[in-house]
Amino acid sequence: MQVKKTDKTLNIKGVVCPYTLVKSKLAVEDIEVGQILEILLDYPEASESIPKAMLNYGHTVLKVEKINSTDWIIRIKKEVED
Amino acid sequence: MDFTEEQLQRYSRHIILPEVGGKGQKKISSAKVFIIGAGGLGCPVGYYLTAAGVGTIALVDDDNVELSNLQRQIAHSVNTLDVNKADSAKKTFEALNPDVKLIAIKERLNNKNILDFIKDYDIIVDGSDNFPTRYLVNDACVMLKKPLVSGAILRFEGQVTTILPGDGPCYRCLFEDPPPPGLVPSCQEAGVLGVLPGVIGSLQATEVLKLILGKGNPLKGQLLIYDALRTNFRKVKIPKNRKCPICGENPTIKELVDYTQEYCAL
Repeated sequence: MQVKKTDKTLNIKGVVCPYTLVKSKLAVEDIEVGQILEILLDYPEASESIPKAMLNYGHTVLKVEKINSTDWIIRIKKEVED
Repeated sequence: MDFTEEQLQRYSRHIILPEVGGKGQKKISSAKVFIIGAGGLGCPVGYYLTAAGVGTIALVDDDNVELSNLQRQIAHSVNTLDVNKADSAKKTFEALNPDVKLIAIKERLNNKNILDFIKDYDIIVDGSDNFPTRYLVNDACVMLKKPLVSGAILRFEGQVTTILPGDGPCYRCLFEDPPPPGLVPSCQEAGVLGVLPGVIGSLQATEVLKLILGKGNPLKGQLLIYDALRTNFRKVKIPKNRKCPICGENPTIKELVDYTQEYCAL
């Protein structure tokens, strides 16, 4: 299976809620519908709240992956205009 | 414009709303709102719009703060007694949000100055307490095609409506002429529950933000009436009057009328 390329990456390590979501939301606004945003974060709660919020906004959560003892990667596909 | 870290924090609860987001917050930041009266209604309207980060807010009022105002006019305080109300509110709002450019106009609106004052603003808010000003503002907004969010309060009852000239009725479609002087009592004569302007002003501020964002349905063609004693909100439809003297098909009012004389002669 072909992995779609990432159109934008966002590193919010060290950022806590709700600014994890604020920054993720702004990053999604910066890409086009159909494009993919990859978020790197280390705030545990955000690994659950961001995917939930992105689904609520109408986007697709392609992946939520814990990549080491502290960090997560979340991949979001933008589905609707802001 | 990119948000500073401070702005991200200040507006975070707006930015995460799907209907606002960063794009909507930027619309708010570039909007210009003109508020008529820095009294019961102007205070909460200005307070919330300042908190929301509206780019430019002008306040016009020629009155000074009195102790009897403090029961409801929440932007003033004992520290600003005898200070002009527009100046007093400006000071309060500046302390709340330095992002907002606040302009205090210490004059009374009349048919000579109003068009010049409001011409550069996107949305006009009427928080005045008298009919001459209410009609003057309506007519000026119709002439300049400015959206107007109108509010009124007395005793335990308040009203709100949004007038979008060219797209729905205006205040004169509802009441063609001001009532005869003396018929409708003022708050000074009849009293007003102090919190009432807070409810109505907050509704007006909400309408302003919706207009700026282009979200939801504006309160056009309807008069929202709040009865505080019965905790009842009802909406009355306002039909557009084709024969309206200002926004009808053949308007008879071609220049601004000044009703002040007949009222003040009372």
